[in-house]
Amino acid sequence: MDLLLEMFSFTFMIRAVVVGLLVSLCASLLGVSLVLKRYAMIGTGLGNVGFASMVSATAFGLSHLALAISMPVVVVAAFLLLRVSESSKIKGDSAVALISASSLAVGVIIVSQTTGLTLHVCSAMFGSILAMTQADLQLSVGLSIVVLVLFVLFYKQLFAVTYDENFAKATGTRIQVYKSLLAILTAVTVVLGMRMMGALLISSLIIFPALSAIRVCKSFLSVVITSAVISVACFFVGIVLSFGYDLPTGASVVGINLVVFLLLSGVNLLRQGGKI
Amino acid sequence: MALITCRDASFAYEGRTVVDGLNFEVQTGDYLCIVGENGSGKTTLMKGLLGLMQPKSGTIETGDGLLPTEIGYLPQQTSAQKDFPASVFEVVISGRLNSRGILPFYSRLDRQIALDNMERLGVLHLRQKSFRELSGGQQQRVLLSRALCATHKMLLLDEPVSGLDPLATIELYRVIKSLSEETGITIIMISHDVRSAVEYASQILHLQNRQVFFGPAAEYVQTDVGKRFLGEGGAPNGSSS
Ligand SMILES: Nc1ncnc2c1ncn2[C@@H]1O[C@H](COP(=O)(O)OP(=O)(O)O)[C@@H](O)[C@H]1O
Ligand SMILES: [Mg+2]
Repeated sequence: MDLLLEMFSFTFMIRAVVVGLLVSLCASLLGVSLVLKRYAMIGTGLGNVGFASMVSATAFGLSHLALAISMPVVVVAAFLLLRVSESSKIKGDSAVALISASSLAVGVIIVSQTTGLTLHVCSAMFGSILAMTQADLQLSVGLSIVVLVLFVLFYKQLFAVTYDENFAKATGTRIQVYKSLLAILTAVTVVLGMRMMGALLISSLIIFPALSAIRVCKSFLSVVITSAVISVACFFVGIVLSFGYDLPTGASVVGINLVVFLLLSGVNLLRQGGKI
Repeated sequence: MALITCRDASFAYEGRTVVDGLNFEVQTGDYLCIVGENGSGKTTLMKGLLGLMQPKSGTIETGDGLLPTEIGYLPQQTSAQKDFPASVFEVVISGRLNSRGILPFYSRLDRQIALDNMERLGVLHLRQKSFRELSGGQQQRVLLSRALCATHKMLLLDEPVSGLDPLATIELYRVIKSLSEETGITIIMISHDVRSAVEYASQILHLQNRQVFFGPAAEYVQTDVGKRFLGEGGAPNGSSS
């Protein structure tokens, strides 16, 4: 309790918690579709593209605009990755892996030629809750709410496209529109979460809660709700732990997610074992 | 004006024509069965009818005010994954998507239509179940309910009985026939079980990478090609036994 009181006496912590909770919520909702559609690699790819654009912005002395610059870059990358992962010519997932490794390489080269591998690179990779300014806070809260509202409004289209793309298309749904929507929302969420969670860890915020929820739920709606609850709870526990024990925030949140995932996988195994 | 008019149409994958010489009409209320061996182009033609593929040559026209959002479809192999977590109700009501359009959520009417269609196909009691836990026959009925939610005009079914046991096969054929008779919905079904096709359907379209017969089922059994195909015991899944 004292720990919580102490934690909330810092403005930067309040900012971090507010943005973190909203981003976790967005990530977990979108994550359900991404995981079920086997687009999980796109999250990783976007994280790396985001890393490259953020360190480049800083390298060219535009660190105050890092968020504003990363956003369009990552949105474009999201479209590209979506297209690539669907093309049958090149193996989709390999292509996504290539793009994501290449963007990481570009980022590292730019950094090594300019500022060198300094603290800001480390925080870009693994996250830092100190990075959040008042303007970032407003932008993050605004965009998270937009993501959430769009998700709710287009929930049934996202279900249809996730569940059975061909049926949706055959019965007249413009599936490209909704797949692009999914890509854009993911890109926005990745950029918002990147600062705090780190470019290398943000994709786990998307993947873990959904994977955990899929282990134990039977309907899509229950997966979505469970995923959201898991994600928000894990974030909160993670950030409290990171504050209390002086751990990196992103890594603690991912760690808690991993624990939940293992627990629920165990529950699932026990259940199946009981049935046989 | 016919519901669908196909004129000299052909379909190709990457320039390689797999079926051509397609000339037929589907009238409202018809029950058309498309028959032919594996690889003869049946699924390809259906993709063309659904607008998932453009003809390489020729035309496919729709009439009677049929819109692309008024077609129900039961795919040969659903593109959905086997272990997808979705309840039966969620799967069925997703068929209402295009009647609902851009408005958020489903209306009470959408729910009612979904429940009615589930009842008609005898899967209402399964509505809370997870789709992945159903038997093959139950899954097909659920997917047929979903298809019915998408249309009251035309149903396209691609080998709906494949993988079902003989009893489930006969039951599904009966359900489809009664849908055709009771609701007057137009049905286009792919089957490689010719015996059942001529028993249930009003029209037959026989493909062999080109159109070899189109006409009433009663006429088809009199033709050489029909006799030969029937004689070959054209019921590979043994459903008529
Ligand atoms: N996606 C595809 N790409 C290339 N060739 C295909 C594709 N789908 C089907 N074909 C070929 O087209 C021919 C007709 O296939 P199809 O329409 O699925 O046959 P049917 O449904 O009658 O068994 C086959 O020779 C098949 O190999
Ligand atoms: Mg086929």
